[in-house]
Formats: sequence, C-alpha cells, structure tokens
Amino acid sequence: MSHPRPEHARALTRRALLGSGGLGLGSLALQTLLGDSASAQGTTHTGPHFAPRAKRIIYLHMAGSPSQLDLFDPKPALAAHDREPVPEDLIQGERFAFIKGVPKLLASPYGFAKHGESGQELSELLPHLAGVADDIAIVRSMHTTQFNHAPGQLFLNTGFERVGRPSMGSWLSYGLGSENQDLPAFVVMLSGAYGPSGGHSLWNSGFLPTVHQGVRFQSQGDPVLFLSNPEGMQPGSRRRVLDALRSLNEARLLELGDPEIQTRIAQYELAYRMQTSVPELVEIEKEPQEVRELYGAQAGSASFANNCLLARRLVERGVRFVQLYHWGWDSHGTSPSDDIVTSLPQRCEETDRACAALLKDLKRLGLLEDTLVVWGGEFGRTPMNEERNGSTYLGRDHHPHAFTMWLAGGGVRPGITLGATDELGYSVTEDPVSVHDLHATLLHLLGLDHERLTYRSQGRDFRLTDVYGKVAQKLLA
Amino acid sequence: MLCLTTTALLSLAITPTEKPDFTRDIQPLLARHCYGCHGETKRRAGLRLDLRTAALATSTSGTTGVIVAGDADASELILRLRSDDDDERMPKGEDPLSAEEIDLFVRWIDAGALWPQSNAVDERESWRAHWAYSAPRRPAVPEGEGSAIDRFIRARLCEPDLSPSPLADRATLLRRASLDLTGLPPSLSELERFEGDPDPGAWERALERLLDSPHYAEHQARHWMDLARYADSQGYEKDDRRTMWRYRDWVIDAFAEDKPFDTFTIEQLAGDLLPDATLEQQIATGFHRNTMVNREGGADPEEFRVAAVKDRVHTTASTWMGITLECAQCHEHKYDPFSQRDYYSFYAFFNSTDDDGNSDEPTIPAPTPAQLAEANDLKAEKARLEEELSTLSPELEKSLLTWEQAWSASLNAWRTVRPQRVFGETSRLAVLNDDSVLALGEPPDTDTYRVLFRAEAGTWNGLRLEVLCDESLPETGPGRAAHRNFVLNTLALSRGEETIELRSARADFHQPDRPWRPGDTVDGDPLSGWAIAGGEGEAHVLVVELAAPLVSSGTDEFELTLVQSYGGAHLIGRFRIGLLNAGPPDLDPVPPPGLTAMLGRPRNEEENRELHGWYLGRAPELEATRRRLAQVEKELAYPEALVLRELKEPRATHLQARGSFLDLREEVQPTVPLVLPPLHPRAARPDRLDLARWLVDDAHPLTARVFVNRLWERLFGTGLVATSADFGRQGDPPTHPELLDWLALHFKDVDWSVKELHRTILSSHTYRQSARMAPEHSERDPSNRFLSRGPRHRVDAEGVRDIALALSGLLDRSVGGPSVFPPQPQGTWTMTYSGDRWETATGRDRWRRGLYTFWRRTAPYPTFLIFDATSRELSCTRRARSNTPLQALALLNDPCFVECAVALARRLVREGGTSVEERIDFGFRTCTSRRPTDPERRVLRELFEAELRAFEMDPVAARKLAVPTSLPLQFGDDDLDPVELAAWTVVANALLNLDETITKG
Repeated sequence: MSHPRPEHARALTRRALLGSGGLGLGSLALQTLLGDSASAQGTTHTGPHFAPRAKRIIYLHMAGSPSQLDLFDPKPALAAHDREPVPEDLIQGERFAFIKGVPKLLASPYGFAKHGESGQELSELLPHLAGVADDIAIVRSMHTTQFNHAPGQLFLNTGFERVGRPSMGSWLSYGLGSENQDLPAFVVMLSGAYGPSGGHSLWNSGFLPTVHQGVRFQSQGDPVLFLSNPEGMQPGSRRRVLDALRSLNEARLLELGDPEIQTRIAQYELAYRMQTSVPELVEIEKEPQEVRELYGAQAGSASFANNCLLARRLVERGVRFVQLYHWGWDSHGTSPSDDIVTSLPQRCEETDRACAALLKDLKRLGLLEDTLVVWGGEFGRTPMNEERNGSTYLGRDHHPHAFTMWLAGGGVRPGITLGATDELGYSVTEDPVSVHDLHATLLHLLGLDHERLTYRSQGRDFRLTDVYGKVAQKLLA
Repeated sequence: MLCLTTTALLSLAITPTEKPDFTRDIQPLLARHCYGCHGETKRRAGLRLDLRTAALATSTSGTTGVIVAGDADASELILRLRSDDDDERMPKGEDPLSAEEIDLFVRWIDAGALWPQSNAVDERESWRAHWAYSAPRRPAVPEGEGSAIDRFIRARLCEPDLSPSPLADRATLLRRASLDLTGLPPSLSELERFEGDPDPGAWERALERLLDSPHYAEHQARHWMDLARYADSQGYEKDDRRTMWRYRDWVIDAFAEDKPFDTFTIEQLAGDLLPDATLEQQIATGFHRNTMVNREGGADPEEFRVAAVKDRVHTTASTWMGITLECAQCHEHKYDPFSQRDYYSFYAFFNSTDDDGNSDEPTIPAPTPAQLAEANDLKAEKARLEEELSTLSPELEKSLLTWEQAWSASLNAWRTVRPQRVFGETSRLAVLNDDSVLALGEPPDTDTYRVLFRAEAGTWNGLRLEVLCDESLPETGPGRAAHRNFVLNTLALSRGEETIELRSARADFHQPDRPWRPGDTVDGDPLSGWAIAGGEGEAHVLVVELAAPLVSSGTDEFELTLVQSYGGAHLIGRFRIGLLNAGPPDLDPVPPPGLTAMLGRPRNEEENRELHGWYLGRAPELEATRRRLAQVEKELAYPEALVLRELKEPRATHLQARGSFLDLREEVQPTVPLVLPPLHPRAARPDRLDLARWLVDDAHPLTARVFVNRLWERLFGTGLVATSADFGRQGDPPTHPELLDWLALHFKDVDWSVKELHRTILSSHTYRQSARMAPEHSERDPSNRFLSRGPRHRVDAEGVRDIALALSGLLDRSVGGPSVFPPQPQGTWTMTYSGDRWETATGRDRWRRGLYTFWRRTAPYPTFLIFDATSRELSCTRRARSNTPLQALALLNDPCFVECAVALARRLVREGGTSVEERIDFGFRTCTSRRPTDPERRVLRELFEAELRAFEMDPVAARKLAVPTSLPLQFGDDDLDPVELAAWTVVANALLNLDETITKG
C-alpha cells in the first residue's frame, strides 16, 4: 500500500481535531499520541489484517539467557558423558564468547519429570510452572544468529542485531494502537540488579514515530517519569495551573489558529488524568491478598513478581504490549553468583511462582484466551562447562544454535512441545524456529501479516522480519 | 494574477486541466508503486517501467500495449490500475492507487505519454533525469519586488491563491530569530533595544548581534551533533565512557568562526590526511569516530569494525548527499542508481583506518588552546608545589611531633577484639591466632560478613577495622580476587536489637580516582563504599567514631556487619577489629598499620624517611597546597581525542555477499557511484581526502542542496525537499526547485559561509511573515508548503530546557569543556550493567546548556528522549516532533523545570516591579517576548491570588515548594515571604509551560 507521508498524516490529524467540535478533545489527540485503534492518524495502520487470536502480549524476557538444558530440554546423553571432552568435530570453526580450547560436556545437576495430562517435561527448578504445564507450549527448537547479549537482545526485540530498528512492541503499537485512552500502548518494566545489556534501544521505536516507543514504568520513584507534582504543590494548585494554561493556550489558538496548540491542550489534560490513573494502576495493594500471594508480590518491593501482577493489571486495561525484563540468567559459572548450582536456582525462585501465577490469574479472569504470554532469553547455553580461567563453578557459555522458549494463551496450542535438539542439545534437529519465525508467529496471532506490516524508511519498506520469517503453524491452536 | 510555471509543481496542487509532467508527476508514482517489481532488479513478467524504451514497447500479452500513447483506455497499465480483481489489479498485494493518482496516469497517457528521452547509451544515464543527480542550474529570478527568495516564493503563491502574510511584529521576530540562531530567547533589554530602534537597519543589526553570539555557534553545533551521532559513550554492553568533547568543541569553534562549509567538510572527513595536519584538523576527524564499539567478551572486533565502517558510509551519504545507501550493502538499490558494487567501492574509502571494533584507539592527546597557552606557567607552578610538598619544614616537624605523641598515646588505648563467631553469607571465614579473620576459598560475587564478639567491660569511643594482607590471598591481597581491591559498602554495629550509630569514618588510604571514601561506609547509601585501588598489597586501617560513648558490661554480645555488595568479588580477604577505650578517635591523619609500629620509639634513618614522606603526604597544614597541586595537574592533564588514522598499507575491500563480513567476494577499488560526477584523485589510489574534496566540488549536485535544504528545514519546519534525508527517487521532489538551486549556488557564491546563508534567509520577507494561520491557510496551505506564512513549531529537546534555564536566570553560559551531569531521575544509569555512576553536578554545571549534558547511548538524559531526541547510536538527519502527555509531565514536574520555576519566581519578585500586575507583565514578557492582553493578565492574576490564598492556609507546603532543600545554591532571599514566593512559583510554572514559551512562532 502507499505509505502515508508525515505531511498527510498531520493534515489528517488536524482535520480530525478541528472537526471534533466540542467532542472529547483528549481522546482525539490520543489517537495521534498513544496510537489509538484504527484512528485516522495515518501513523497507524488500519488495524489487523485478519481476525486476531490474541489482542495483547505479555513478553517475559529473561535477560542473560537461561539454560535450556537445566530447565526445559533434558539430555540423558550429557549425563552419560559428563565431563568428557566434547566431540571436536562439533565445535570445529565455532566462535564462543568465553570458552577456549576443547571444553567438556556438562550434565545437568537437576532432575526432570513429566507433568500434567500433556506430560510436558520440566526441570525440578520449575515446580510452579509444572502446575500449569498443560497451558503452555514449549519450543525447544529456537535458534538465533547472535551470541552476545546486546546484539542478541536487539535481534530478538527488533529483528536486527544492531541498533536502529523498531522493537516488536513499537511495531504492534504502530500496527494496532492501544485500547486504552489513558495509557501508552507499549509498557516496559525491569527487575533484577541491572537492566538488559541492549538498554533503551530494546524498546525504541527506531524509524517509527516516537509515539510508538516503549514507556518504561519504574518500580522506584514515580512509576512514570515526572508523574508526581513537586513537593509542596497540592493537587488543587496543579488543577488551577492547568486551567490557566488551558485559557492562555486557547487564547493563543484563537489568535494563531495553529492546531498544534489544541493538541498541546489535550496532552496537558491527559497528563493530569494520568496523574490519577497511573498511581491507581500500580497500587498492587488494591489486589486481594490471595492474588498477591499467588504471585508472591509484595507492595513496595521491586520484584519480578510485582511486575507480573502489574502486567496483568496493564493488559486488563488494554495495554497492547507489556514487556518484562528480569536480569541475571547469564550462568557462566565464574562464581556462585553466576553458576548453575547457586545462581540459576535463585533466578528460578524469583520468577517461577510469578510466571505460573500470571497464567492462572489470566485464565481465572478469562484473559488468557486473547492474551499471549511469551517467556525466554536471547539465546541458549552450551552443553559444555565453560570453566573460564579454570573456574571450579559449573556454568555454560552463550549458545546461539538451540534454546527453549515457551508461549501460552492467545491462539497458542497448549500442552505441546515443539521441536527437538540432538542428543547433546547442541543443534536443532526438528521444526527449527528462528527469531524471525517467532516474530512472524507473534504478529500472526495478533492478526498481522508480517509481510504486510511495513514502514517506509530510507527509501524502502521495512518489516520486523526483514525478508525472512514464516509462521510456526504447529504452534497455533 | 499571472502564474509562472515552475518545473516541478506539487502533484497535490496540480489543477485538473493541466498536463501531467513525466518527471514531476509520473515518475515518482512509478518509483513508489512499480519499480519494486518492475524495475532494474526485479522484472516481473519481463516488464520494466523504469526505462522509457522498455515501458513504451508493445506488450506481448495481447493486442494492447502497456502504455499506448494517446489512448489510456487501451493501455494495460490503466486497466490494471483500475481493476477490481485482486489478481489483476496493480500494484499487486497493495492498496489500489487513489483516483487522483490514476487520473494523473490517464491524462498523461492521453496527452501522448511524453517521456523525456535519455540521450545516453548507458542505462544509468536515464537516472540523471532525476533532478537531484544533475548539478544545480542558475535559475532566472522571477520579476517583482523583494529578495530573490521572496520572489521565488511569491511565484507559486498564486496556486493556492494566497498572498504573503504581513510582517510579524518586532517582538515576535526577534524571538523567532533568537531561537533560530542561538537557541535562546531574547532578554527584555534586547527586546526593548530592538523595538525602540527606529533605524531601517535595525533588523540587520539584530541579526549581526545574534550571529556574533557564542550561543549561535553552540546552537548550530547542537544540530550537527545529531548528524555526527555525537555521544560520550561507546554504545554497546557496558557502554563505557569515552572522551569526545574536544570534537564537539571543534564544531562549536567552527561555527563561531564561520568556517566555510567546504573546509568544515574536508577537515571532518579527512583532516588527518591534509598536509601537516594540525591538532585541530585531527580532532575534526572525530566526526567519524563517533561510531560505536563493542567490548563484550567474545565479540568479534572485525564484525564491529565493519559495522562502524558501514555506519561511516551511511552517515556520509545521508549527511552530505541526502541519499540512502543502506540497502545497497545487501543488494542493488531498488529505487536509486546505486549498485552493490557502488556501495563497496564507496565503503573502500573508509575501510583503511586504523581503528577496530572493540576499543577507542587511536586517540591523541588534545590539549585545548587555553591549556597550551598556560602550560609553561602551570608546569613551573607544579614543580614549586611538589618541592613544597616534599620538604619537612621546621613547623611541620613540630606538628609531626605533636601528632606522633598524641597518636602513640591513643594507640595504647586500642583493644583488639577476639571474635567469637564469624560467618559470611556465602564465604567461609576463620579466626586466626592474632584475632584476625581470614576468608577462605573461591570468592563469591558479593558477600556480607558478620562478626560476633564480646567487648571488655568499659566505655568505648571508637571502632577500628584493620584490613590485612595474607599469603593465602592473591599476591597477598588484601582483596580476595585477582584485582586485590575491595569495596566495603556499609559497616554496621549492633547489640541485640540495638543499633549503635557510627559516624565519621577515616582511613589511612582510599582510592583516589572515584569517591570511594572511608566515610561512605557509614553514610547509609548502599551503593557507595570504601575502596583501595592503588593501595593493593598493603594493609590498611579504617577508624570509625561511635556517635555516643558505648558502655559495655563485659558480657554483651556485639555484632559487626561488613556489607560488600559491589560485585565482581570486591571482598576483604583478612581483617581485624579493635575498640578504643579512651581519648577521641578523631585524630588525623590515620597512619597505615605498617607505620604504627614505628611510632613512639627511636627510629633509624630509613624509618624516619618513610614516616616523614608519609606525613608530608597527609599533613593537614599542606592540604591547601595538595589541593592546588591536584588542580594544577588537572589543568595540565590533556583530554584525549578519538581520531581517524589511515593505515600505511590500505586494507583490501571486497564485496560482501548479502552484506555479511564473513562472506567476502571480489575485490573492489575506492570510487564514487557512477551516476555522480567523477572523482579527481591526487594519486592512483583515491583516498578519503579525494572523496571529501569531491563532495564539495562545484560539479557535485547534492552537497550544497542538501545543506541549504536542511538549514531551511530547521528554520521553516519542513525543507523545500520535505524528505530532507532522501533526495533520491523515493523522496519528495522540491516544492520550489529553482529556489533550492538558487540557494545552493548562492551558498557556494558566498564561499560556503553558513552565517551568510542565515543572513540571506532571515532577511527575507518570507522568513519574517506572521505565523498566523487564517482559515484560507488551513484550507489551501495547511502544512505551509507554499510558505504563505511564517514558521511556527516547538523547539527541540535541548532547546526546551535551555529556554527554561535562560528565562529563570539560572543558565550558565560558559561555552565548551567536558560534558556535565545535571540532575536526572534516579536509576537512569543503574539500568546498564556497569559500575559507572552519574555523579550529579552540585555547582553551576547543573545549569549548562543541553548540548553539554553527558550523552550515554544506552541511557540518555530522559527528558531529552521524551522530547524526541534520539539515543545517538546512529546519525539522525531529522528528529520527530511529537506532542505527548509525557512531555507535559516533564515540563510540569521534572525537578529541573521546577527549579527553573522557583528561580523565575524570584526574578518576578525582585526584578518585576512591585505590583502583581507589573510582575505578571514582567514574567509574561520574559517568557513570550510580548506583553499579555488584559484577559491573559487576568487569568494569571486569578491564578496568583488563588495560590496565595491556598498557601496562606498551608505555609509548610509553601516553604517546601518555594524554598526547596534540593537546590544547591542559596538564593539569598531570607527577606522574601515563602507564601508569596510559592504563589509566584506556581505562576512561573504555568508560564514556563505555555505553548508559546516552548514554541518558535
């Protein structure tokens, strides 16, 4: 289709605004600014290409990349050959982030068992996920092209290993807009000691209009930047300031006729509404105690569990794409703080209960049907022990050739395991799913054809999936 | 009115009776909708629509032709465009063309399908037909009144049937020009001078003043920073700091001295290759050292070097030529005449520099001119100070004696404590015979040690922590990891439930590069702590004062906690605890454990030398001298600059299949795309310098056009070519092609003087028109593409902040220097996996212009992002201009803007006269440059009065708002009433949030 030019877009918006008369100014302005569904803004596509199976996504990104071999993909062969040198032909010509020489195979210290009616195999580190095993689809055949964190995370989030492309959330905001007038379409929350290595670029809008970038909700201070009035300024004062601003700006609008002033007035009103709606949204103490306990959420703390509960509250209110990052899965085994014996179980403890709770809670509320939940890291981990500088702690290096993700809800076939890896877990042997395939599938579930969701920049049409990607049909319900 | 025909009308504005023109109307549609499948690369159904001969050839599929000149209905093109059948209709799989677009084709074919014939044999020559690839031609300036610009603009105004808008009033004009040229609003006195100047040359004089201002150069540099993707950090993973500001200052200097744009270009792209390149010319090459590097483990330096070279290719192409080469790295460009070979031939110019993908090298020491001027004096002073610091004068000898007596006396009052139980959260700890505690085994990442002990009965004033070396530690420690450092974040003492308050910790040593001070162990901040880099391999001691004397019965059990949460095994290897039972523990300086043994007893000469040397380094009397020395050393420390450096032997360049650096194909030589004018190399193998000179060669069709268009875009909001980053066939054609060419040639005529270009445009009536949008404007020229009125748009992110700082009087106007750290929301930097911390400026650096704010790519200053700044990972040719609620929240509540409101309120009270009306007028005029109307004044007075009433009821709130403790500088306003100030602060907050305040209108 012909790509709408910014000038046309602006003209359309202005027409919409000017034609609005006394109708809700705020909601109209929002069409431009928060990417409302099917608006005349021009920066948005006309909604889904076909009937969607899911309306929204909660994406749980495990930054640092969890070990699939200790959580999802049991390998008896590794146990049989524990600490034996890896067959050399397997690693011929391979580049690793840290491994040097010929590494040794490493058995998982954890037991696996089958769960639920579906018999999904899960590690003992994930007892809560085991309880919802029938609800999730496990993909053991993920693979990527990147083996360093920042490029890996960028690739996973934007379809390109370097900066500059829009993230999936931005594409969805651009393609579908938000269902809520008072909240952004794309919200990001972080937990753990650090943010993801890819930084702000992971939720950047790239060449898409900046209104589509992810808005970070923070667990410390204001949930949205600068939401609180300065100390000493009472809500009454804020209201009076906005009233004065509105009169003064309206006078100017009458004098100059610049519709941008009208948009500005609307934005100030929306900001004021957000000052009320957002704090209410993040007050998890409003949730019944049993719900908080289900997640393991505690008001006032900055945790993955809290963020999961908030994610549910956000999608309930129509936010299109909620992305959670949890740091600390980079299990190299250089010390107990990054090994698979001490650190990996800690990460599981921090996340397992909340992940399962999120699925149960969404299901209870009837939201799981049209909410897609995705869990995974940016790549996998090696079947070999890393032993960096002769470290005696057990750990695994970065591994792009095979890793595991799981999906649940919104149009995903529950209770299945898709794909397989070889007996050592080194390479994918069945139903490979590339990062582009994952993107194509997510868009498909949201009713978008990944080949048609395009944006013209630098003289060509860009897609989230570049020139690749095919929908993983076997994943679909 | 007579309407002159121009060569390229806006297709939207074309009247139905007019004959469509191929280049202007038809070719852009073909390029946009058809070339993707029927172009040079893909030739679906054997059809090409990019070549005249191919497109006009008779179709093979039937009796009709694709394009039958003179008969649209017989042309398959039209049938296909109009078809209702999805399989038939073109463009396939996309939305149908609009009725207007199809109508253009119909009328063009009916009129004979005139397609200018290319006279070249080479197919590529057909591309020269695209306006941007042939050199600007000097157009005839239309007849009429006014400047050339005005006449070109007026020549098209008849199309929407509009007349030029009248001149804006003087206040508006001065504000517009001030914001455009300097990025700062005019002061009241500047306004008054200009409004009161009856001389006809007043406008020219005002422009001269603005062009001469150092802020002009800063503001122009600010824009250039986006193109240069300037940042103070490396980009990937830990995103460490790098020293780039000398390059930024070079750009400021260049605009200040109005360095001709051709020289400006050559020095940045190839300053290092100029004969006898000066320091400044080398610094200029920092332009292309703003590329990112990846130091992450295992990252292939070659991969990121190649990525950086590609970035240089794209940035050069977009910055100077307004063309996009990105797609040609993988395949032939679909829409513009750039082949993959062209891409890698261009790439070859940049492929022979001596930098890699994982470090900042090469760098050079880059003293500033001021440093060079003062270097001799400073070196002499340094020698003098060092001499002073190494001489034990008789006075110092006396003070040493006093100190030694006091210290030896206090030594006797220390009691070493024998721990009863020791444990770490992760580590195993053992108590040795000398009562010290040793950590065993592999160190964890972080840990917290706990020591349980009983103190003898008595009263205790101080606590001592000796950090000791041990053979079992790496190179004897005292830290446990190979780096041997530790960070003791928090020290806490308790007895049962009772917390014993600690204060004023001192140590014999702390690491000098960062504030890792002993006092940081008791400051309550879990992130700060005591560390000893530079003092590895030696024992150290920390002495802590108890807030109140501690009485122990002799049976109480105490617990000492040592929190070490920095990570990376920054952990203490061995330590011992002591308590002080008499005398004050605040004796300064604290000697290292190694020295205490030699106190209070006869010493040999060597011991004396050691003690004296140490004392000279710590004596309180010499503190001022030491500080001065540190200052002198700092002034003498030359900043570094990242530069381009050419390899002695050029690196071979190969075509990369699908753009992959691992899949190299045939070798290519450096050369420029065929469609552009030829290069004139100085030697057989062309280099970057040849390329830079080629860009600014008279024959080059793009460089001058692209620059003047970008300048126009910044002044008017949209360029004459709206797609300022794409002058190719996918871009929009210029609305005023002759004006664009006239400006481009004028720019060269005035020797590429940017100031002269500004002078020319700002002197035009077109620029000085009122921005008022009348109904006929909204109807017939809604986006002002005909320039029927003056420009009006919100200023850029940095500008929004700069304006508030200037209006409030807080702005620090100093120019240049290292980047600064104004307050930003907590946690902005902790997101990145790195120990680097944003040390918020406490002095006037809080209020420097946004240009100087430290730019970290993974976590840029949040308010700038909110106002559409980019993260500077890639070159940005044009920022978006959004209007969002997050911007409203930032302007209302960001502490920086609140600080500005607080300061502006004081200006209203102190400088704004005595009555409420006077102050409102003063504030309103300061912010908007004009006087308020009566209704506007009334709105603000009512706001003030309501606030006054509210704060009278709540003076505590008034004080919190108007006299915030967070402000680092005192305003010296104890005489002002906080209640009144608070009410004015609210008014100031409203004034700073006016649409008009942040808008150039």
